[in-house]
Amino acid sequence: MGKVAEPSLEKFSLLTTTLNDAIGWARKYSIFQYPFVTACCGMEYMSTACAHYDVDRFGAGFPRFSPRQSDVLFVVGTISHKMAPVLKKIYDQMCDPKWVVAFGVCTCTGGFYDNYATVMGIDTIIPVDVYIPGCPPRPENVLDGLMKLQDKIQAQKQEI
Amino acid sequence: MVIEAFVNHGEATVVVKKENVLVFAQGLKKDPALDFDMLIDLFGVDYLHWEDKADRFEVVYHLYSSRANHRLFIKVSVPESDAAVDTVTGVWPAADWYEREVWDMFGIVFRGHPNLKRILMYEEFRGHPLRKDYAYNQRQPLIGPRN
Repeated sequence: MGKVAEPSLEKFSLLTTTLNDAIGWARKYSIFQYPFVTACCGMEYMSTACAHYDVDRFGAGFPRFSPRQSDVLFVVGTISHKMAPVLKKIYDQMCDPKWVVAFGVCTCTGGFYDNYATVMGIDTIIPVDVYIPGCPPRPENVLDGLMKLQDKIQAQKQEI
Repeated sequence: MVIEAFVNHGEATVVVKKENVLVFAQGLKKDPALDFDMLIDLFGVDYLHWEDKADRFEVVYHLYSSRANHRLFIKVSVPESDAAVDTVTGVWPAADWYEREVWDMFGIVFRGHPNLKRILMYEEFRGHPLRKDYAYNQRQPLIGPRN
Protein backbone atom coordinates (compact mmCIF):
# COMPACT_ATOMS: atom_id res chain seq x y z
CA MET A 1 0.00 0.00 0.00
CA GLY A 2 2.05 2.78 -1.53
CA LYS A 3 2.49 5.35 1.16
CA VAL A 4 2.84 3.04 4.14
CA ALA A 5 6.33 2.03 5.26
CA GLU A 6 7.19 -1.66 5.15
CA PRO A 7 5.56 -3.06 8.33
CA SER A 8 7.30 -5.57 10.49
CA LEU A 9 4.58 -8.02 11.40
CA GLU A 10 6.28 -9.01 14.66
CA LYS A 11 5.79 -5.54 16.14
CA PHE A 12 2.54 -4.45 14.49
CA SER A 13 -0.70 -6.24 13.99
CA LEU A 14 -2.34 -3.19 12.43
CA LEU A 15 -1.59 -0.93 9.53
CA THR A 16 -3.28 2.20 8.33
CA THR A 17 -4.00 3.53 4.88
CA THR A 18 -6.48 5.74 3.10
CA LEU A 19 -9.64 4.39 1.56
CA ASN A 20 -8.44 5.61 -1.84
CA ASP A 21 -5.20 3.61 -1.59
CA ALA A 22 -6.96 0.51 -0.31
CA ILE A 23 -9.46 0.49 -3.19
CA GLY A 24 -6.66 1.16 -5.67
CA TRP A 25 -4.70 -1.77 -4.24
CA ALA A 26 -7.73 -4.04 -4.52
CA ARG A 27 -8.53 -2.93 -8.05
CA LYS A 28 -5.03 -3.24 -9.47
CA TYR A 29 -4.64 -6.83 -8.23
CA SER A 30 -8.03 -8.07 -9.41
CA ILE A 31 -8.09 -7.09 -13.06
CA PHE A 32 -10.79 -8.95 -14.96
CA GLN A 33 -9.74 -8.56 -18.57
CA TYR A 34 -11.69 -8.74 -21.78
CA PRO A 35 -9.40 -9.97 -24.57
CA PHE A 36 -10.58 -8.42 -27.85
CA VAL A 37 -8.32 -10.56 -30.03
CA THR A 38 -8.47 -10.02 -33.79
CA ALA A 39 -5.06 -10.89 -35.22
CA CYS A 40 -1.57 -12.33 -34.82
CA CYS A 41 -0.88 -10.45 -31.54
CA GLY A 42 -3.25 -13.02 -30.05
CA MET A 43 -0.45 -15.59 -30.07
CA GLU A 44 1.67 -13.34 -27.89
CA TYR A 45 -1.31 -12.66 -25.68
CA MET A 46 -1.82 -16.42 -25.20
CA SER A 47 1.86 -16.85 -24.45
CA THR A 48 1.65 -14.14 -21.80
CA ALA A 49 -1.50 -15.60 -20.30
CA CYS A 50 -0.23 -19.18 -20.05
CA ALA A 51 1.99 -20.80 -17.43
CA HIS A 52 5.41 -19.78 -18.73
CA TYR A 53 4.90 -16.03 -18.27
CA ASP A 54 1.80 -16.42 -16.09
CA VAL A 55 -0.17 -13.20 -16.09
CA ASP A 56 -2.00 -14.52 -13.03
CA ARG A 57 0.97 -13.41 -10.90
CA PHE A 58 -0.30 -9.87 -11.45
CA GLY A 59 -3.87 -10.67 -10.57
CA ALA A 60 -4.97 -10.40 -14.21
CA GLY A 61 -5.31 -14.08 -15.01
CA PHE A 62 -9.07 -14.18 -15.33
CA PRO A 63 -10.34 -13.34 -18.81
CA ARG A 64 -14.07 -12.69 -18.95
CA PHE A 65 -15.85 -13.11 -22.23
CA SER A 66 -18.57 -10.67 -21.34
CA PRO A 67 -17.67 -6.97 -21.39
CA ARG A 68 -20.18 -6.37 -18.57
CA GLN A 69 -18.04 -8.38 -16.15
CA SER A 70 -14.64 -6.99 -17.09
CA ASP A 71 -12.45 -4.09 -16.01
CA VAL A 72 -9.74 -3.88 -18.65
CA LEU A 73 -10.28 -4.10 -22.39
CA PHE A 74 -7.26 -5.66 -24.08
CA VAL A 75 -7.45 -4.73 -27.76
CA VAL A 76 -5.14 -7.28 -29.33
CA GLY A 77 -4.61 -7.00 -33.09
CA THR A 78 -5.50 -4.94 -36.12
CA ILE A 79 -8.85 -3.14 -36.05
CA SER A 80 -10.44 -2.69 -39.46
CA HIS A 81 -13.07 -0.10 -40.32
CA LYS A 82 -15.75 -2.78 -40.24
CA MET A 83 -14.63 -3.96 -36.79
CA ALA A 84 -14.57 -0.43 -35.39
CA PRO A 85 -18.29 -0.19 -34.44
CA VAL A 86 -18.06 -3.57 -32.69
CA LEU A 87 -15.09 -2.39 -30.61
CA LYS A 88 -16.94 0.81 -29.68
CA LYS A 89 -20.00 -1.17 -28.65
CA ILE A 90 -17.91 -3.51 -26.49
CA TYR A 91 -16.27 -0.52 -24.81
CA ASP A 92 -19.63 1.13 -24.18
CA GLN A 93 -20.98 -2.07 -22.58
CA MET A 94 -18.22 -2.20 -19.97
CA CYS A 95 -19.06 -0.88 -16.50
CA ASP A 96 -17.01 1.84 -14.81
CA PRO A 97 -14.28 1.83 -13.66
CA LYS A 98 -12.75 0.61 -16.92
CA TRP A 99 -9.40 0.81 -18.64
CA VAL A 100 -8.19 0.09 -22.17
CA VAL A 101 -4.87 -1.42 -23.23
CA ALA A 102 -3.74 -1.05 -26.86
CA PHE A 103 -1.78 -4.24 -27.44
CA GLY A 104 0.60 -4.18 -30.40
CA VAL A 105 1.52 -1.48 -32.86
CA CYS A 106 -1.61 -1.92 -35.04
CA THR A 107 -3.87 -0.85 -32.19
CA CYS A 108 -1.48 1.96 -31.18
CA THR A 109 -1.07 3.65 -34.57
CA GLY A 110 -2.28 1.32 -37.31
CA GLY A 111 1.27 0.02 -37.72
CA PHE A 112 2.31 -0.69 -41.27
CA TYR A 113 -1.31 -0.93 -42.43
CA ASP A 114 -1.51 2.59 -43.82
CA ASN A 115 -4.44 1.80 -46.10
CA TYR A 116 -8.16 2.17 -46.72
CA ALA A 117 -9.33 -0.68 -44.51
CA THR A 118 -7.48 -0.24 -41.20
CA VAL A 119 -8.18 2.09 -38.31
CA MET A 120 -5.12 4.25 -37.65
CA GLY A 121 -4.95 3.60 -33.92
CA ILE A 122 -7.89 2.66 -31.71
CA ASP A 123 -7.54 6.01 -29.90
CA THR A 124 -9.44 7.48 -32.85
CA ILE A 125 -12.47 5.54 -31.51
CA ILE A 126 -12.06 4.93 -27.75
CA PRO A 127 -9.77 6.34 -25.02
CA VAL A 128 -6.62 4.31 -24.33
CA ASP A 129 -4.77 4.06 -21.00
CA VAL A 130 -1.67 2.04 -21.88
CA TYR A 131 0.02 1.54 -25.24
CA ILE A 132 2.13 -1.60 -25.66
CA PRO A 133 4.18 -1.28 -28.87
CA GLY A 134 5.74 -4.16 -30.78
CA CYS A 135 4.83 -6.32 -33.73
CA PRO A 136 3.92 -8.36 -31.82
CA PRO A 137 5.16 -7.25 -28.36
CA ARG A 138 7.20 -9.77 -26.40
CA PRO A 139 5.49 -11.15 -23.28
CA GLU A 140 7.97 -9.23 -21.09
CA ASN A 141 6.83 -6.07 -22.82
CA VAL A 142 3.18 -6.99 -22.18
CA LEU A 143 3.90 -7.58 -18.50
CA ASP A 144 5.70 -4.23 -18.36
CA GLY A 145 2.61 -2.58 -19.83
CA LEU A 146 0.39 -4.40 -17.35
CA MET A 147 2.51 -3.18 -14.43
CA LYS A 148 2.32 0.38 -15.79
CA LEU A 149 -1.46 0.01 -15.89
CA GLN A 150 -1.41 -1.22 -12.28
CA ASP A 151 0.61 1.85 -11.28
CA LYS A 152 -1.91 4.02 -13.05
CA ILE A 153 -4.85 2.32 -11.32
CA GLN A 154 -3.17 2.67 -7.92
CA ALA A 155 -2.34 6.34 -8.43
CA GLN A 156 -5.68 7.56 -9.74
CA LYS A 157 -8.62 8.89 -7.76
CA GLN A 158 -10.91 5.93 -7.09
CA GLU A 159 -14.49 6.58 -8.08
CA ILE A 160 -16.85 4.43 -6.05
CA MET B 1 -18.83 -9.15 -81.24
CA VAL B 2 -15.31 -10.50 -80.68
CA ILE B 3 -12.57 -7.91 -81.03
CA GLU B 4 -9.59 -10.13 -80.50
CA ALA B 5 -8.78 -13.76 -79.56
CA PHE B 6 -5.38 -15.09 -78.53
CA VAL B 7 -3.61 -17.62 -76.36
CA ASN B 8 -1.54 -16.17 -73.58
CA HIS B 9 0.56 -18.48 -71.34
CA GLY B 10 -1.52 -21.38 -72.57
CA GLU B 11 -4.80 -19.72 -71.63
CA ALA B 12 -7.37 -18.96 -74.33
CA THR B 13 -8.46 -15.33 -74.07
CA VAL B 14 -11.24 -13.53 -75.93
CA VAL B 15 -11.71 -9.78 -75.94
CA VAL B 16 -15.38 -8.92 -76.35
CA LYS B 17 -17.24 -5.67 -76.91
CA LYS B 18 -18.91 -4.33 -73.80
CA GLU B 19 -22.40 -4.30 -75.36
CA ASN B 20 -22.23 -7.97 -76.32
CA VAL B 21 -20.96 -9.55 -73.12
CA LEU B 22 -24.33 -10.85 -71.91
CA VAL B 23 -25.26 -12.47 -75.26
CA PHE B 24 -21.77 -13.89 -75.54
CA ALA B 25 -21.95 -15.36 -72.02
CA GLN B 26 -25.33 -16.97 -72.69
CA GLY B 27 -23.95 -18.55 -75.86
CA LEU B 28 -20.90 -19.92 -74.07
CA LYS B 29 -23.09 -21.58 -71.50
CA LYS B 30 -25.75 -22.97 -73.83
CA ASP B 31 -23.54 -24.25 -76.66
CA PRO B 32 -23.08 -28.00 -75.96
CA ALA B 33 -19.61 -27.99 -77.51
CA LEU B 34 -18.42 -25.17 -75.23
CA ASP B 35 -20.56 -25.90 -72.16
CA PHE B 36 -19.03 -23.32 -69.79
CA ASP B 37 -21.03 -24.15 -66.68
CA MET B 38 -18.78 -22.53 -64.07
CA LEU B 39 -17.76 -18.94 -63.46
CA ILE B 40 -14.44 -19.36 -61.63
CA ASP B 41 -13.64 -15.70 -61.15
CA LEU B 42 -14.68 -12.22 -62.17
CA PHE B 43 -12.55 -9.18 -61.42
CA GLY B 44 -11.77 -5.64 -62.45
CA VAL B 45 -8.51 -4.03 -63.51
CA ASP B 46 -7.66 -0.34 -63.44
CA TYR B 47 -5.30 0.63 -66.29
CA LEU B 48 -4.96 4.29 -65.31
CA HIS B 49 -1.80 5.83 -66.88
CA TRP B 50 -1.32 2.86 -69.21
CA GLU B 51 -0.49 4.33 -72.58
CA ASP B 52 -1.43 1.34 -74.73
CA LYS B 53 -4.93 1.01 -73.27
CA ALA B 54 -7.74 3.02 -74.84
CA ASP B 55 -10.14 2.52 -71.93
CA ARG B 56 -9.36 2.87 -68.28
CA PHE B 57 -11.01 -0.26 -66.85
CA GLU B 58 -11.23 -3.88 -67.81
CA VAL B 59 -13.52 -6.59 -66.48
CA VAL B 60 -12.16 -10.13 -66.74
CA TYR B 61 -14.27 -13.30 -66.59
CA HIS B 62 -12.65 -16.67 -65.97
CA LEU B 63 -14.80 -19.57 -67.15
CA TYR B 64 -14.48 -23.31 -66.78
CA SER B 65 -16.36 -26.27 -68.20
CA SER B 66 -16.54 -29.04 -65.63
CA ARG B 67 -17.66 -31.61 -68.21
CA ALA B 68 -15.33 -30.74 -71.11
CA ASN B 69 -12.48 -29.60 -68.79
CA HIS B 70 -11.51 -26.48 -70.67
CA ARG B 71 -11.10 -22.88 -69.63
CA LEU B 72 -11.61 -19.45 -71.15
CA PHE B 73 -10.81 -15.88 -70.21
CA ILE B 74 -13.12 -13.12 -71.44
CA LYS B 75 -11.91 -9.54 -71.26
CA VAL B 76 -14.20 -6.54 -71.60
CA SER B 77 -12.83 -3.04 -71.95
CA VAL B 78 -14.79 -0.44 -69.94
CA PRO B 79 -14.32 3.32 -70.40
CA GLU B 80 -14.32 5.61 -67.38
CA SER B 81 -17.05 7.82 -68.91
CA ASP B 82 -19.49 4.89 -69.06
CA ALA B 83 -18.28 2.49 -66.35
CA ALA B 84 -21.14 0.01 -66.64
CA VAL B 85 -21.46 -3.57 -67.90
CA ASP B 86 -24.47 -5.87 -68.15
CA THR B 87 -24.67 -8.32 -65.28
CA VAL B 88 -24.12 -12.04 -65.90
CA THR B 89 -25.87 -13.12 -62.69
CA GLY B 90 -28.67 -14.50 -64.86
CA VAL B 91 -26.21 -16.83 -66.57
CA TRP B 92 -23.99 -17.78 -63.63
CA PRO B 93 -25.47 -16.99 -60.19
CA ALA B 94 -21.91 -17.07 -58.80
CA ALA B 95 -21.36 -13.68 -60.44
CA ASP B 96 -23.51 -12.02 -57.74
CA TRP B 97 -20.82 -11.45 -55.11
CA TYR B 98 -17.98 -11.03 -57.64
CA GLU B 99 -19.82 -8.18 -59.32
CA ARG B 100 -20.55 -6.58 -55.98
CA GLU B 101 -16.84 -6.75 -55.18
CA VAL B 102 -15.90 -5.13 -58.52
CA TRP B 103 -18.48 -2.41 -57.85
CA ASP B 104 -17.14 -1.88 -54.34
CA MET B 105 -13.46 -1.78 -55.29
CA PHE B 106 -13.55 -0.17 -58.76
CA GLY B 107 -16.92 1.54 -59.04
CA ILE B 108 -17.99 -0.34 -62.16
CA VAL B 109 -21.79 -0.66 -62.31
CA PHE B 110 -23.37 -3.97 -63.35
CA ARG B 111 -26.68 -3.18 -65.01
CA GLY B 112 -29.51 -5.47 -63.96
CA HIS B 113 -27.73 -6.83 -60.88
CA PRO B 114 -30.34 -7.87 -58.27
CA ASN B 115 -28.50 -6.42 -55.24
CA LEU B 116 -25.65 -4.15 -56.27
CA LYS B 117 -24.27 -2.80 -52.98
CA ARG B 118 -20.87 -2.82 -51.31
CA ILE B 119 -19.64 -6.21 -50.14
CA LEU B 120 -16.24 -5.59 -48.47
CA MET B 121 -16.53 -1.99 -47.33
CA TYR B 122 -19.44 -0.37 -45.47
CA GLU B 123 -22.16 1.73 -47.03
CA GLU B 124 -20.78 5.05 -45.69
CA PHE B 125 -17.40 4.44 -47.36
CA ARG B 126 -16.50 7.20 -49.83
CA GLY B 127 -14.85 6.24 -53.09
CA HIS B 128 -13.59 2.95 -54.53
CA PRO B 129 -10.30 1.97 -52.91
CA LEU B 130 -8.68 -0.14 -55.65
CA ARG B 131 -8.88 2.65 -58.20
CA LYS B 132 -5.35 3.84 -58.87
CA ASP B 133 -6.28 7.44 -58.10
CA TYR B 134 -7.57 6.55 -54.62
CA ALA B 135 -4.78 7.83 -52.33
CA TYR B 136 -3.64 4.91 -50.16
CA ASN B 137 -3.52 7.07 -47.03
CA GLN B 138 -6.89 8.76 -47.61
CA ARG B 139 -9.04 8.95 -44.48
CA GLN B 140 -12.74 8.11 -44.27
CA PRO B 141 -15.26 10.46 -42.59
CA LEU B 142 -16.57 7.88 -40.10
CA ILE B 143 -13.11 6.93 -38.84
CA GLY B 144 -11.44 10.32 -38.82
CA PRO B 145 -7.85 11.48 -39.18
CA ARG B 146 -4.70 9.88 -37.90
CA ASN B 147 -3.69 11.24 -34.50
